[in-house]
Amino acid sequence: MTERVRIKGTSDGLVISLGPGPLQEVLDEMDARLAAKASFFVGGRVALRIGDRALSAEQLQGIGNRLHELGVSLWAVDSQHPTTYAAAQALGLEASFQAPARTSPATQEEVPWAEMAGIVVRRTLRSGQAVHHAGHVTLIGDVNPGAEIVAGGDIIVWGKLRGTAHAGAAGSEQAVVCALELAPSQIRIGSHIARPPERGRRPRAPEVASVQQDRIVVEQWNKGSWSLRFGGLGPEHDE
Amino acid sequence: MSATVITITSGKGGVGKTTATANLGVALAMLSQRVVAIDADIGLRNLDVVLGLENRIVYDLVDAIEGHCRLRQALIRDKRLSELYLLPAAQTRDKNAVSPEQMIELCDQLRPDFDFILIDSPAGIEQGYRNAVAPADKVIIITTPEVSAVRDADRIVGLVEADEKGPASLVINRLNPDMVRRGQMLSTEDVVELLAIDLLGIVPEDKEIIISTNRGMPVAMDGKAASGQAFRNIAGRLMGQNIPLTPLKGSPGVLDRLSRFIRG
Repeated sequence: MTERVRIKGTSDGLVISLGPGPLQEVLDEMDARLAAKASFFVGGRVALRIGDRALSAEQLQGIGNRLHELGVSLWAVDSQHPTTYAAAQALGLEASFQAPARTSPATQEEVPWAEMAGIVVRRTLRSGQAVHHAGHVTLIGDVNPGAEIVAGGDIIVWGKLRGTAHAGAAGSEQAVVCALELAPSQIRIGSHIARPPERGRRPRAPEVASVQQDRIVVEQWNKGSWSLRFGGLGPEHDE
Repeated sequence: MSATVITITSGKGGVGKTTATANLGVALAMLSQRVVAIDADIGLRNLDVVLGLENRIVYDLVDAIEGHCRLRQALIRDKRLSELYLLPAAQTRDKNAVSPEQMIELCDQLRPDFDFILIDSPAGIEQGYRNAVAPADKVIIITTPEVSAVRDADRIVGLVEADEKGPASLVINRLNPDMVRRGQMLSTEDVVELLAIDLLGIVPEDKEIIISTNRGMPVAMDGKAASGQAFRNIAGRLMGQNIPLTPLKGSPGVLDRLSRFIRG
């Protein structure tokens, strides 16, 4: 069992990172860890790093109360979810919001690929519109030129992908981009960037883009080999 | 009786918003509709020139909104069509002289007296665009078959949807059938496939447009010009007439001419 709570001392006070898993269990783990070294922590202040978890103001308040009972005070919240960010602001806490795309790989929490959250977007993204999400993104519709999707995980477009797509935006190279018609203006996976050949081609079948041997490769979906590859995809897929 | 407010916009400049507004105004008035065309491009007014009414302006849109005159005084009746009026833009002010709320109020004042209120939007997606779209019941997006214009049109479709003014309808302007046939220009199908909105009409590229614009005589008044016919068709469709969209014919090729000659 990996540690879901990380506690780090900094010159600015404690930084507690909450990992994935049911909130109650993670919080109990946090309590236990803090209580074990209570005398060491007492009187300090805590910055919470919540990652891509959506918390209401009520839930945040609850966490603040728990911490208070343990003798430390909550002063700041760092999150990648707009709901949590808004909740922290509502409570008057220092709040920082990091869109996943702007998080450098070094500071990104390692979330196991299979456990990463995902969203489904059911509309066409037109020029100037964007979807940013820390986890996987599935879009049912088209992504027109001038629109963009940025995801921490995989990107699946059930439609035409003609805009820009950035999968594994936090630095993960195991991310893939699939589309029924993969004709993006630019595709990014992790830190790799690729653009289609100048002479536009019209894909005839669904395709998948992935990083292989340090470059982005586009293959037709119907090869069958993909199902095999997904079976063993990703180092975190270990159970 | 209350007018339908239609805003004509495009995102990109120079694709023919003002020409379309003038011609749709004329074409609707020729169908005995009471029409007022509002130039919302404050600071860069053009609609008056295209309609040939430039030298009749006394008061303008901003004067009416700021109460320097009565709204009626700012309306200029067309010199040819008694059912067509122009509300010109101010030339010495800018877009910030007017707010979206004021535009809505202005249109509400005009509604009882007209069948159609056409608003010529400025290019862009800023204040001027928001002023023009705020009172709209319907939005018509003009594009040309160029990648840059279609990209901007797509942006506007998204904004119109977000404002819950949608779905907008589309007019493709300056289509050259010969170039499309040679694969040198985006086709109607290419444009409609990307934008995925209703196609209201296609206006062919036509030299007559430039001539008529310079003369202040909108081409829709000309019985012969193909572009004028296209605008009259659009006007008919706006009134609910069922006018089928016919594919545009290019200039006849050698084979066409030959077969016509044989069939005689």
